[in-house]
Amino acid sequence: MSDSYSPAITAVDVRKSFGDNVVLDGLDLSVERGSVFALLGPNGAGKTTMVRILATLLEPDHGEIRVAGHDVTREPDAVRAVIGVTGQFSAVDDLLTGRENLTLMADLHHLATPEAQRRIGDLLERFELVDAADRMTVTYSGGMRRRLDLAMTLIGSPQIIFLDEPTTGLDPRSRRTMWEIVRSLADEGITVFLTTQYLEEADRLADRVAILDRGHLVAQGSAQELKERIPGGRIDLRFADATTQLAAAGALDIPVPDGDVLTLQIPTDGNVATLRRVLRDLDEAAVDVDGLAIHTPDLDDVFLTLTGRPDGSGEPGSEEAS
Amino acid sequence: MTSTYAVRDSITMLRRNLLHLRRYPGLSLFPIFMPVIFLLLFVYVFGGTLGNGITAGGGRGAYINFLTPGILLFTVAGAAQITAISVAKDMTEGIIARFKTMRIWRPAVLAGHVLGSLFLTLISLGVVIAVALLIGYDSAAGAMRWLAALGLLVLLAIALIWVSVALGLFAKSVETASNLPMFLILLPFLSSAFVPVASMPAALRWFAENQPFTPITNTVRHLLLGQHVGSAGITAIVWCLAITVGAYVWARHLYNHRPVA
Repeated sequence: MSDSYSPAITAVDVRKSFGDNVVLDGLDLSVERGSVFALLGPNGAGKTTMVRILATLLEPDHGEIRVAGHDVTREPDAVRAVIGVTGQFSAVDDLLTGRENLTLMADLHHLATPEAQRRIGDLLERFELVDAADRMTVTYSGGMRRRLDLAMTLIGSPQIIFLDEPTTGLDPRSRRTMWEIVRSLADEGITVFLTTQYLEEADRLADRVAILDRGHLVAQGSAQELKERIPGGRIDLRFADATTQLAAAGALDIPVPDGDVLTLQIPTDGNVATLRRVLRDLDEAAVDVDGLAIHTPDLDDVFLTLTGRPDGSGEPGSEEAS
Repeated sequence: MTSTYAVRDSITMLRRNLLHLRRYPGLSLFPIFMPVIFLLLFVYVFGGTLGNGITAGGGRGAYINFLTPGILLFTVAGAAQITAISVAKDMTEGIIARFKTMRIWRPAVLAGHVLGSLFLTLISLGVVIAVALLIGYDSAAGAMRWLAALGLLVLLAIALIWVSVALGLFAKSVETASNLPMFLILLPFLSSAFVPVASMPAALRWFAENQPFTPITNTVRHLLLGQHVGSAGITAIVWCLAITVGAYVWARHLYNHRPVA
């Protein structure tokens, strides 16, 4: 039943344990065709395990999972025919050149030679790997490896792509390039399922975001909807003395915080209208502001809000236990 | 069905493994040179004395003829050993996850390793035979007997390569994988490959007579010296097939159940 209107991915009550360690504990999700879906969570939340189950690398202990309409445990080959996977650790062959890696993938997808050559040429160009195409990939930078990795995934023209932490460990420029690539995939109508530890990444890329914590989904919605639920966003105002602070508090109709601090905090969902109103009110009251900072919600705020505790993860970018 | 692509995918993977052999000469030259060094060492250092134990007054010449079939088995064992390392290297890297999420003939990854190692084994055997003939190996056998001997060596190679594949899958790291198949190159020493088993103490002799390398060595030796092979030939073939089946089943189980890196 893979008609073009059914969701790209549906998962109902997915459970997976490794020994006593419960990694996924009753997960439900649904991903629309052609959308970008982000599974957001700290290290060890179970993101990679979920991707492995969806990509037929791991069997769930329990749950009904369909990818492109096919059951992942009963029809794994039908699933494999339409997906592409780019894992957290780059899956390129170090002893081959970039071009040889792509040729290997084209051969495994049983493409005819002229078609393969054309597609390899296109992908090398699109991912800015033309100059490095005939060098062994062991000489590639992290960003280049990740781009080659994704190009290898795209050789087979997958309908659905899984990207497990596509930008972890990349420098800011490579990260931006990767974001542009992911957006362009979505524009081509490819369904993208990505995992990330960065709220900003989910915010930039995803149509829908699900937040995973200790094997549970604690929230699901568009990035905007989620951010509205997180009160972490605020405008911080700093004043030269207590008098101006008091005047500002009066103008903005908010309480003055206890203690010796010369600041005021105005909760906001980050929209410009709130900021404009605050500045206008201060202007009308002729209050001098020493400094202004806008604090946008980050993953810490999300976790603090939704789970009542900080995420407690290790170093950013360190590997996730599976 | 993905099995319609069995041959095509296996050849693709073989091409990948052949490129690896070319790009990583440190690993692929070892099974070629090690048996040559052992051949020269045994013939020129120990051969003069050992040869007299084979045939009274036979000396080095007698030992070359006795040793060469044994060195050929040693060559096969040495080349098989490398497979465990390359399989383990694959399994500990992300590439295996990629292969497993593609609709390809699943055993193609392993088939590529087996065929690649077999190719390396044949090259090694060619070099070792050339050196043996150069330093005076005197085979009385004609083309048919040479082909039969090579056929048996290929059967042994397939068996030992599958053992090595299974060990490479079993090992949790590349380091372990390079140590586990070590027994493969020790077994020829505990057989009739280097000295007649009759010269060994009773317990060792019992082991040597009943382990696969002895009937296989004897069969190759008799074939190449133009002598009657006898029941050793059947025993040799049965050993090779039994090891192949056992190791293949174990390897397939490990491959399908081992979590990817």
